[in-house]
Amino acid sequence: MTKLAQWLWALALLGSAWAALTLGALDLPPSCREVLWPLPAYVLVSAGCFALATVGYRVATFHDCEDAARELQSQIQEARADLSRRGMRF
Amino acid sequence: MFGINYEIIIIDDGSPDGTREVAEQLEKIYGSDKILLRPREKKLGLGTAYIHGMKHATGNYIIIMDADLSHHPKFIPEFIRKQKEGNFDIVSGTRYKGNGGVYGWDLKRKLISRGANFITQILLRPGASDLTGSFRLYRKEVLQKLIEKCVSKGYVFQMEMIVRARQLNYTIGEVPITFVDRVYGESKLGGNEIVSFLKGLLTLFATT
Repeated sequence: MTKLAQWLWALALLGSAWAALTLGALDLPPSCREVLWPLPAYVLVSAGCFALATVGYRVATFHDCEDAARELQSQIQEARADLSRRGMRF
Repeated sequence: MFGINYEIIIIDDGSPDGTREVAEQLEKIYGSDKILLRPREKKLGLGTAYIHGMKHATGNYIIIMDADLSHHPKFIPEFIRKQKEGNFDIVSGTRYKGNGGVYGWDLKRKLISRGANFITQILLRPGASDLTGSFRLYRKEVLQKLIEKCVSKGYVFQMEMIVRARQLNYTIGEVPITFVDRVYGESKLGGNEIVSFLKGLLTLFATT
C-alpha cells in the first residue's frame, strides 16, 4: 500500500467513526457530542501548532559548525602546501 | 589509510572550472591505481554518474560524496566503522542528528531545510533523518539495485534511493556529519528547486 493509500484509509476510518458518533450511532450523552463535533478542527489546529513548534525548535537548534569550517580552512592550506611540494601546479 | 583498500573515482562532466586538470595532476601524483579519472563530455546527471562510476569500481562498498569539500573525508572511517558495527547495507550521513550540522546557511536556508525535512518525515516516514543528503556508503550490489529502480532527479533522487531501500528491506545506519557549504562558490536554493522538490515528494508519497 502506498503512503497516500495509508493516509486515505486512516482518514476514511477516523472520518467515518467521527461522523457515525456525531450523528448518533451510539447514543452518547450531549456533553460527549459537544466535544466530538469540533474535534477534527481541534486536531488540525493542534497538528499545525505542533508542526510549527517542532520546525521552530529544530531551526533554533540547528548546529552551526564553526569549528568544522575553521578546521577545513586550515586543512585546505595544509593540503595546498603538501600538493605543491609533490608537484601540483595551481 | 587504516589498512583499508581504497580507490577514488572522479566523475567530471566537463566542469568549466578546471576540475579535470586538477584531477589529472592528482592522478600523476598518487598513481592511477588510487585515482581513477573517468570523465564525461557533458553534464549528464547524477544517476548516470553513479552508474558510470560503478562500472569502474573494483571494491565491495561505494562511498558517494560531493567533491567541493562540503563533504569531509574525515567521516569516511566513521562510515566504515558504522557499517561494520551493524552490517548495514547503507550508511547515510545526516546533518540533522547528533553532532551533525551545517556551516554557511542563513536562517532562511535552515528554515527551508528543516521545514522540507519535516514534511518529508510526516509523509514518507522513511526511517532516516536526512533524506536529501548525498554523503552515503552503499554496498555495491545495493547501490546497483537501487539505481535500477530509481526514476527521479536531483534532490528527489537522493530521497528516492532511501525510500526504495526501505521498500527492499535494506538496513540503513546513520552517521552525523558536518556540511560546510559555500567553501567554493555560491550555494543558492531557488524557487524552482523548491517546487520540483515538492513535486518529487508528492510523487514518492503517491507511488511508494
